Amino acid sequence: MAATATGIYHRSYQREMALRHTRAEYLRLALLVTALLATPYVLDRYWLSIVNTILIAVIGAVGLNILVGFTGQISLGQGGFLAVGAFTSALLYERAALPMPVSVLCAVLLTAGAGALFGLPALRLKGLYLAIATLASQEIIVFIARRWTFLRDGSAPLSVERLHIGGYQITREYFEFQWYWVLLGCAVLAVLGARNLFRSGLGRAFMAVRDQDIAASAIGVNVTRAKVTAFAVSSGFVGLAGALSAHYTETVTWESFTLEVSILYLAMIIVGGLGSIAGACYGAVFMMLVPVLLNESIGAVGDSLPFLSGRLPAIENAVFGLVIILFLLLEPRGLDRIWQRMKDYLRFWPFRY
Amino acid sequence: MVSRAYRFSLNSSRVPAGEPLLEIRDLSLRFGGIHALSAVSFTVTQGQVHAVIGPNGAGKSSLLNCLSGLYRPQQGQALLHVRDDAGESSTHDLARLRPHRIARLGVARSFQNIELFGHLTVLENLMLGRHIHMRHRLLASMVWFGPARRQEVRHREFVEEVIDLLQLQAHRHQPVSALAYGIQKRVELGRALCVEPSLLLLDEPMAGMNAEEKEDMARYILDVHELRHVTVLLIEHDMGVVMDISDRISVLDFGRLIGDGTPDAVRANRAVVEAYLGADA
Ligand SMILES: Nc1ncnc2c1ncn2[C@@H]1O[C@H](COP(=O)(O)OP(=O)(O)OP(=O)(O)O)[C@@H](O)[C@H]1O
Ligand SMILES: [Mg+2]
Repeated sequence: MAATATGIYHRSYQREMALRHTRAEYLRLALLVTALLATPYVLDRYWLSIVNTILIAVIGAVGLNILVGFTGQISLGQGGFLAVGAFTSALLYERAALPMPVSVLCAVLLTAGAGALFGLPALRLKGLYLAIATLASQEIIVFIARRWTFLRDGSAPLSVERLHIGGYQITREYFEFQWYWVLLGCAVLAVLGARNLFRSGLGRAFMAVRDQDIAASAIGVNVTRAKVTAFAVSSGFVGLAGALSAHYTETVTWESFTLEVSILYLAMIIVGGLGSIAGACYGAVFMMLVPVLLNESIGAVGDSLPFLSGRLPAIENAVFGLVIILFLLLEPRGLDRIWQRMKDYLRFWPFRY
Repeated sequence: MVSRAYRFSLNSSRVPAGEPLLEIRDLSLRFGGIHALSAVSFTVTQGQVHAVIGPNGAGKSSLLNCLSGLYRPQQGQALLHVRDDAGESSTHDLARLRPHRIARLGVARSFQNIELFGHLTVLENLMLGRHIHMRHRLLASMVWFGPARRQEVRHREFVEEVIDLLQLQAHRHQPVSALAYGIQKRVELGRALCVEPSLLLLDEPMAGMNAEEKEDMARYILDVHELRHVTVLLIEHDMGVVMDISDRISVLDFGRLIGDGTPDAVRANRAVVEAYLGADA
C-alpha cells in the first residue's frame, strides 16, 4: 500500500488532490468510459434492463455507504428511505403533474428530511441499538406505505406514467436504451458527488465521527450535527435511487421496500467494501449480477438434470449465500480491497516485492 | 534548529503575554463517592508552559477533561479569556460549554491514550485539525471544483507547515494506525496545533516513550512555545522534563491542589515533596 505512493511526484497540492495521478489510472478510466459508452450498443434488452437496475442500486449503495461505511452509523432503514423517495416522486409526477426532474428533486429533499428525522436516535444510540432503532423506522415507513390508501390506485399498486421530460419521451421500442442514459447520468453524478464529499472537510468530519467521536468533538466537530447531516445526505442519495426506480419500473408498491431490501443493500456495501465509494459500486454490481448469472448457469444445468428442476430456486439461494461467505472469508474488507491488491500486484509485476 | 521562516502563527490567542488566560476556580468533580477534583483553583498565564503533576489517580486527566468539556464538574468555573481582532475581550466558562464549542475558542488538546482517527492518513488527521477554520457546505463539497478545492489548498498550506515543524514529511500519506507509537503521539500534537490553539492542553505527551523520543517531543513543545508563543498546559510524569520546560507547576494529590508555583518553589514545597517527589527526592 505504501508502495503505491512511491515514485509519484506532484507539483502542486491541486494535482495531488486529484482523484487520478498515473498513466495507468487514466488508462483504466478511459477503458471504463469506453465500456460504459459501448454497453447499450452491445447488450440486448434483457441484459440492458439488468444493467439499469444495477445503476439504480449503485446510487442506493453509495448512499448507504455514506452513512454506514463512512460515518459508522448502522442503518436497517434503507428500504424505508427508498420507499419515501419512490412514493414522493411518483405521486408528484402522477397527481401533481410536476415534471420528472422536479418531482425527483423533491423526493431527494423529502427523503433527506425523513433521514434526518429518523436519524435522531443516532444521537443517543450506537451500534446494534442504533440498528434496532433504524429497523423501527423501516417498519414504520413500510407500515404507512401499506396502510395508507392514498398511496394506491384503488386496490392496485400505484402506477407511474411512462417517463417524459419536456418534449423528450421514452418510447416502448427503445425503453431500456433511453433509460440507460438517464440512469447512467444520475449514477455518475452520485458517485462523483460522493467521492468529492470525502476529499473535503465535511466528509472528513463524518469519518472522524466514525473513528473517534470524542476526539472529533475535541477538534470542534459538532458530532450531533455531523450525524444528522450524514443521515440526511445518505438518505438523499437513497431517495434518488428510490425515485428513479419508481419511474423506471413504472409502478410503486410497498412490497419492493421490505426489510429484505435493507439487508440486501447492507450486504452490497459489506461485500463491496465499507467506507469506499468504489466498493459500493462493486458491491451493487456483485449483488445484482451474481443471482442472475447463477440463475442462467443453474438453469442450464437444470435442463440436463430434470430431477433438480423443482429445487432450482433453493439451490440458487444457497449458492449465492456460499459465494458471499467465500468472498468475505477471502477478503473481509471487500471487493475494493481485492482490486487494490490486484493493482499493487500488477504495478510491480514481474517483480514480486 | 528551526531556521525556516513560517507564514502562519500557530497561536490564536490575542491576550497579551503575562496576563491571565485561564482562571480555574473551585473546580470540583465527583464520580459517585470518588472526589476526582476538590475545589481546585489556579491560573494559567498567557505565554507560559504550565505543568500539572501528581501521582496516579490524582485527577490530572479529569482536570483536562473538564477543561475540554468531556467531563462536567459539579462545581466551579474555568474562565477562558478571549480577545477578538478588534481587541474586545470576553470570558467563557469552559465548565459549562460543549466540547466543540470549546474547540471553537481555540482550546486544543491531545489525549493520554492516543485518540487519532485510525483509518485516516496523517494528512487527513491534520486537516481535521483545521475543521473549525473551514466552511462546510454540502453542495460546494460535492462539486469540489471551485470553493471547496480552493479551501482545501489553503488549509493544506497551513498543515504543511505543521508537518514541517514536527518533521512528519515521511508519514504524510500513511494511515495513522500503522505508525509507531512515538509518531502517533507527534501526529496528535500536530492535529492540536492545526487548530491554531489559544490554549494547548497536552495529557502526558511523553508517556511511554524512550529517552530519545522524549527529548524530541520536549523540543517540539518548546519550539511551539518559544517560536510560536502558544500557551501550553501540560500533564507530565517525568519530573526532569517538567522542571526543565515549565514556567509554572501545579501539583495535584487526591484531587486537591497541594502546590502551585515556579519549579524551584515547588521543589522546595514540603507537602509536594512528601506526596509526590518523595520517591525520587
Ligand atoms: N470516567 C470516570 N468514571 C469514574 N471514575 C473516574 C473517571 N475518570 C476518572 N475517574 C477517577 O478519578 C480519579 C482521577 O483520575 P484521573 O484519570 O484524572 O487521574 P490522573 O491523575 O490522570 O492519573 P494518571 O496519572 O494515572 O493518568 C481516579 O480515581 C479515577 O479512577
Ligand atoms: Mg491521566
